[in-house]
Parts: sequence; structure tokens; C-alpha cells
Amino acid sequence: MNIKLKIWRQKNAKAKGKFVNYSLDNVSPEMSFLEMLDALNNKLIIEGDEPVAFEHDCREGICGCCSLYINGTPHGPGEKTTTCELHMRSFKDGQTIVVEPWRSKAFPVMKDLIVDRNAFDKIIAAGGFISIDAGSSQDSNAVLVRKEKADEAFISASCIGCGACVAACKNASAMLFVSAKVSQFALLPQGKVEAVERVQAMVAKMDELGFGNCTNTYACEAVCPKGISVTNIARMNREFLYAKIS
Amino acid sequence: MNKMLRYSSLTKKYVMALAGFFLMIFLLIHLGINLFIIPFTENHQDIFRDGVHFMTTNPLIKAMEIFLFGGFLIHILIGIILQIRNWMARPIRYAKANNSQGSFFSKYMIYTGAVILIFLIIHLGNFYFVKLGLTEAPEGMTRVADDHDFYSMAINLFSNKIYSGIYIVLFILLGFHLNHAFQSAFQSLGLSHSKYTPFIKAVGDFYSIVVPLGFILIPLYFIIYY
Repeated sequence: MNIKLKIWRQKNAKAKGKFVNYSLDNVSPEMSFLEMLDALNNKLIIEGDEPVAFEHDCREGICGCCSLYINGTPHGPGEKTTTCELHMRSFKDGQTIVVEPWRSKAFPVMKDLIVDRNAFDKIIAAGGFISIDAGSSQDSNAVLVRKEKADEAFISASCIGCGACVAACKNASAMLFVSAKVSQFALLPQGKVEAVERVQAMVAKMDELGFGNCTNTYACEAVCPKGISVTNIARMNREFLYAKIS
Repeated sequence: MNKMLRYSSLTKKYVMALAGFFLMIFLLIHLGINLFIIPFTENHQDIFRDGVHFMTTNPLIKAMEIFLFGGFLIHILIGIILQIRNWMARPIRYAKANNSQGSFFSKYMIYTGAVILIFLIIHLGNFYFVKLGLTEAPEGMTRVADDHDFYSMAINLFSNKIYSGIYIVLFILLGFHLNHAFQSAFQSLGLSHSKYTPFIKAVGDFYSIVVPLGFILIPLYFIIYY
């Protein structure tokens, strides 16, 4: 395959960025999208150019590092995939692929396609944890949890915090991420103890960091690589309302 | 106003949803009376006038008017505040427009809302301000007891085909607005359930089609029969 790339290049957080066009020949359809970018960077290094900076780590859809907005979709085409799980066979020979960083006031661009997602860590630090003494390992039947609740909590906890929800939302809202993190605790007995304080602290931090408001467009759910549902947002709305009136 | 700005994003959503619900109920009552402009029955004019008389003189309804205007004002103000904040949350837009799937009408709520607001102001000028005596009733309009003759004023407006055309387009846009608004208000209040949400969405679809269609029937009747 021969492909054309239009990639956002930005020297640093303060510099003004711009799109730069590249073409890459002999791309294998079996290559992952990140391997294709590796090939491009090899070419750029050989030619004496600065390689494109992009974030990656596990390359198996677990870490949530890869964060590219590809042809108008976070993580590119395909359902429930991260950028690292995207393969070049999803594109056509000769196609132009536009690659942009996540765009959000709360996720400033640091360099090229890398954004600072520290805002998510700040939200977690505001309340996304359990601080009560839950004790040492107990007999598995000592604390009873309904199977459905345990499954829901597990699915909510599978959010990898990649930020695709923020990237896809027309309002750059972080509600899907925050609601998943609120839910994974709120659904379980150990998390319920601090649920009232947790949801208020995390929502307050989310607002403070400049994320937009949810207008229920559900674009977040459509692009989430882990299939986190907007029912988490409804749960967070309930949790917050309960916290405010209790 | 400052206090309103300081409320959390979720509190604004709750207020937006509750005000929206209130306005949706008002819209149903409004439609119930308006439909009697069409001669379904022989005494439709009397029923319409009785309805208008009740709505403009009943003390309870007059008290509710304050809540209604409050509901409109809060819904509009919070809608604008949220939208400005949302625009600010993405100062640099994408070069390639977002093609993520999602609720289609939700993307245009501020625009459909703005058009509805413009119509609302015109509508108030045509009817409510006349009732208050702020604007003059069109020539030849009679008074029935304490009420201005809303029936003749409505006939006068709908006999203008351009007004009727604009009215139809406006209510189609209102349908788009309501289609997202109905189920969105439930979601904002946390009322989501695997068993009931599909039913809520179906009711929302029904409401957003039937209510605007009811309003559209009136100008359509005038376009066809006059």
C-alpha cells in the first residue's frame, strides 16, 4: 500500500502547530497503525528530519497511552479498538489519512500528537480511590455482592483512561471517564462508604479543569475502545443528586 | 447570575432537564387549546375561547404563568451558559470534523433552540404582549369580555401563507429539539434503566412527532382550505 499522511506537527506546548504532508510507500496491510508511524519515523530519521512524536506503551489495547484522532474518529475506524489495535488494512491504497492530537482545553498538546492527560490523574486524585480500611483478604463469601453488580463494576473498571471520550465529545466532556470511575466504586460495598464525598469531589475537579458539559450526544460511548456505556453517566447523575440532597 | 455560573455542571443539567419537562407539559396544554382553531366540532370557536378565557383569567393558571416564564428563562439562560462553556472546552477545533456516531439531533440543540427562541419572541409579540396591552391588536379584532380575541388574531395570522410556512418549519425544528430533549432529560436526572429506557425513548419519539404535528395541522388546514 502507498498512503498519504497529513499529520499535526507542533514543536512544543507553546509553539504554533501546523499540518505537514507525508507519503509512505510499501506499507503492509498487516502493519498496525503505530508500526506504520514507526516506519514513517525511520524514514524521517534517515532523511534527517525530526520524527513524529506520539504516545504508546503496551501496544495491546490495555494501557490507554495511544491517543490519535484519525480521519475524524478517536482511535480511527473500527469499533472498540485502540489506535495500537488498528491495522492498515482498515485503509485503502492511496488514501489520505489525517492524524490529529486529542483536542481539549484540559488536554493541552505537548508535542506533535502527544497531549498532557494529567487532568485525568487529577480527577482520580480528587476521589477515585477507597481510603477506608477494607481489611485484609476475607473469605470470598463474607461480603456478598450480586453477580450483576460485580459484572457492572468490572466493566466500569475496564476504562483505560485513554481520553477518547473527551476527544469525541463535541463539548470535550469527561463525563464518561469520570462516571466509569465513580461507578466502579459506587457499585461495590467497599466503595459505597465514601460514595457521597467521592462523586462530589470528582465532579468538582472535572468542572475546575475545564472539561465541557455532557449534552447526552453519546459520541463518547460510540468511540470508547472498552465499550463503557453511558448508563455510567446516568448512574453518576443519580449518585451526585443523592449526594446533594442527602 | 454569578451564583448560577458557580453551580456544578451536573446541577445545571438537572435544572435544565426539570425546566424542559415543565415546558413539555405546557406545550401539550397549549396544543390542546390550539387544536380547537380547526373546526372539528360546530362549537369549536366557543371551546377555543373558553380555553383562552380559562388560561388567561384563572388565578391558579396566572400564578403558574410566573413559573412558566421562569422555566423558559432558566432553560434559555442555562442552555446558553452551558453552550459557551462547551465551546470554551475545545479552543482549537479539529481539522477533520468528528464523524463519531451519536444522537444526531443532540448536535444541533443550541441552533434549534435559538430558532425556537426567536419564534417565541415573535409569538409573544403577536399574542401575549397584546393581552398585556404592550402591543396593539390587529385592526378589526374584537374583545370578548376581558380577553382579546385570540381566535380572530390566530385566524388573521394563519391566513398569511408566509407566516404559516414559517410556522410549519419552526415546528419541525421544535420536533428535532424535543426528540433529543425528552430522553436526554431522563438521562440527565439519572433515570436510566435497561428495562425502561427503550420505552422512554419510544415515548420521546412519539411525543416529538405528534406534538409538533398537532401544531402543524393548524396552518396546514388554513393553507389547504383558505
